[in-house]
Amino acid sequence: MGAVGTFRFDLCTLPPEAEALRGEVREFLRETLGDMPPVKRARSWGGFDREFTRTVAARGWIGMTWPRRYGGHERSALERYVVLEEMLAAGAPVGAHWIADRQSGPLLLRFGTEAQRERFLPAIARGELALAIGMSEPDSGSDLASIRTRAERVDGGYRVNGTKVWTSNVHRADYMIALFRTRVVPEKKHEGLSQFLVDPKSPGITIRPIIELSGAHHFNEVVFQDAFVPEDMRVGEEGAGWKQVGAELAFERSGPERYLSCLALLVELIRAAPADPGERMAVAIGRLVAHLATLRQMSLSVAGMLQRGENPNLEAALVKDLGTNFEQEIPEIVHGLLGCEPTARGSDLQQVLGYLVQHAPSFSLRGGTREILRGIIARGLGLR
Amino acid sequence: MSELRSILADTVTRLFTDRVTKDVLETAEQGQWPAALWQALEESGLTLPLVTEKQGGAGGTWGDAHVLLAAAGRFGPPVPLAETIIASWLLSESGLEVPLGPLTVAPVHRGDVLRLERGSGGWRLSGTARRLPWGGSAGHLVVVTSPDGPASGARAMVALVAAGHAQVTPDHNLALEPRDTLVFDNTPVLTAAPAPPLIPGDIVWLCGALARSAQMAGGLESLLAQTVQYAGERKQFGKPIGSFQAIQWQCAILGEQTAAAASAAASAFSAADRSGPAEATFEIAVAKSRTGEAAGIGAGIAHQVHGAIGFTYEHSLHFVTRRLWSWRAECGGESYWAERLGREAASRGADALWPYITSR
Repeated sequence: MGAVGTFRFDLCTLPPEAEALRGEVREFLRETLGDMPPVKRARSWGGFDREFTRTVAARGWIGMTWPRRYGGHERSALERYVVLEEMLAAGAPVGAHWIADRQSGPLLLRFGTEAQRERFLPAIARGELALAIGMSEPDSGSDLASIRTRAERVDGGYRVNGTKVWTSNVHRADYMIALFRTRVVPEKKHEGLSQFLVDPKSPGITIRPIIELSGAHHFNEVVFQDAFVPEDMRVGEEGAGWKQVGAELAFERSGPERYLSCLALLVELIRAAPADPGERMAVAIGRLVAHLATLRQMSLSVAGMLQRGENPNLEAALVKDLGTNFEQEIPEIVHGLLGCEPTARGSDLQQVLGYLVQHAPSFSLRGGTREILRGIIARGLGLR
Repeated sequence: MSELRSILADTVTRLFTDRVTKDVLETAEQGQWPAALWQALEESGLTLPLVTEKQGGAGGTWGDAHVLLAAAGRFGPPVPLAETIIASWLLSESGLEVPLGPLTVAPVHRGDVLRLERGSGGWRLSGTARRLPWGGSAGHLVVVTSPDGPASGARAMVALVAAGHAQVTPDHNLALEPRDTLVFDNTPVLTAAPAPPLIPGDIVWLCGALARSAQMAGGLESLLAQTVQYAGERKQFGKPIGSFQAIQWQCAILGEQTAAAASAAASAFSAADRSGPAEATFEIAVAKSRTGEAAGIGAGIAHQVHGAIGFTYEHSLHFVTRRLWSWRAECGGESYWAERLGREAASRGADALWPYITSR
């Protein structure tokens, strides 16, 4: 019997400069968001507002950790973490830069050509370039390596045929980073994949909306029919796509957005509670507060590992699965405690509940399903 | 983890690996005091982490105590290590001499009130202390009292009482750790002193919850290690059961609960080092309620994966799970601490939730 050394969650204390930044961000959000209604705050990083994104960029809070020569600000990962958690906690509409700041920018920094970095990173950091991610296909969800969209070499680039689905916000984005099959290697589906920067307005690309059960439109189907992608828009080496996507998904899984999506509802639940709540309500709220505080500590600990240049893949998967369970539990608990009907109108609580009840099922799907995460965790524990 | 702390972790892990054998655990359950184990702990200087070096202790931090208590959770040594750590800290903080040998602390049961009165020839103690860990076998007892009961803000008193002066009714918890009831009737006290201002009347309750959080988090680590190992070894349908997704899922959830418990406990000890346990009530409440919930889920999964063999006395799994089931309720269960957190959150108000969480 001994300690399990497979995962580590060392406590992370934020440095003073990060805490000082928190005050600035809060002040900015108070001024910029004003009295934005709770139901809008509940959209979290689903809110897409280019003007807001440009304002955030002007403060230097996009591409914070990137080198200055690419428009970045060379600040620490922990300072960036504070900006992210404050934006999420306030329900700021960060959707127009979230993807680029979180994963596309770091991907280009690591694997992109110098020309790609110079062209795209400063524009992202200025808040002028929104990116979308094209990975899933109609027959390839969790089994991502089975994608079939083909990019065949032609003169000066590639000819692309196939279909991507669940491509969030590509109808509003300036570019998408898509994963295509550049070579078919029988029996080796992880080989022959490559990533590309694609202009969604190019000829041969058709974007069709996929409406969510709530009636909202984020998702799209993207059909490629002999679409041309220039050679210099390939990201990284041909055939290295799987490795690159793995690194990208680690960024996608490790942030505070994986436990804060229902914070707006917990806030409204506390608002609905009397100053002297009954025992049942106090226990329910207190338990959620304990989970929230613990998840934040765990999430910060992952941020600390990223700051030190470590690779917290297992830890990120643990926090994401715990975090999305927590997010999905909050609407359930509000239901059970108050029995109030989730609606589109009515009280703030009802509206926030209405929005989140309809969106919560996606929390344990996006960025790697619960099932995939638990597989990653089991492998990390030595079981696969 | 600092270098000194990882040396401490290695020392205590080695000692427990050698000394907390199945035989020691089983004979302790039959009522035998594991004298050799206690002696080894004392000789290695592991029982007084929070006592100043001048007073014969290690002069360490709550972070050091955390290392020892998490290890105690993993191995389940049948001795009052947590109680001795807390009791000796209380004596040291109050400027009182720390005696050798195992100590226990009171009161640990909600509603128990102990009264300290100055009589002819010194202080005397009266009242009933229920379910004291090793109450009948510890050499000395450290009592914290306050004039208006344990929850009041009045200046507390810390007193040291020698064993053998109380009327003892022996009992034990599910893990067969002694939980004895002691009745004091004008009992003479060895020494007593006013506690420093940062030690309130409910300090034993708070520190007890803090210690049990670390022990439960340690217990979960042991469950995870045993369960993953068993899932890799046990074969059914021609392959290790750990190759089945259903079992992998269970182990993944156990891993998540173990990680959450460890983080919550570590955070509370770190807060205790920043500002003292009394000012770390929020983190202690979070830790006790979160580790307790994790303990319930974790024990269930560990038994499910181990199947019938884990349900036997022959197997060693129960040395951990019976402790978790007991510790979970001691010094306030999940609902007690959650209710406190919930009431505080409601009185601070909805918009203070996030600022408060990030200020801790």
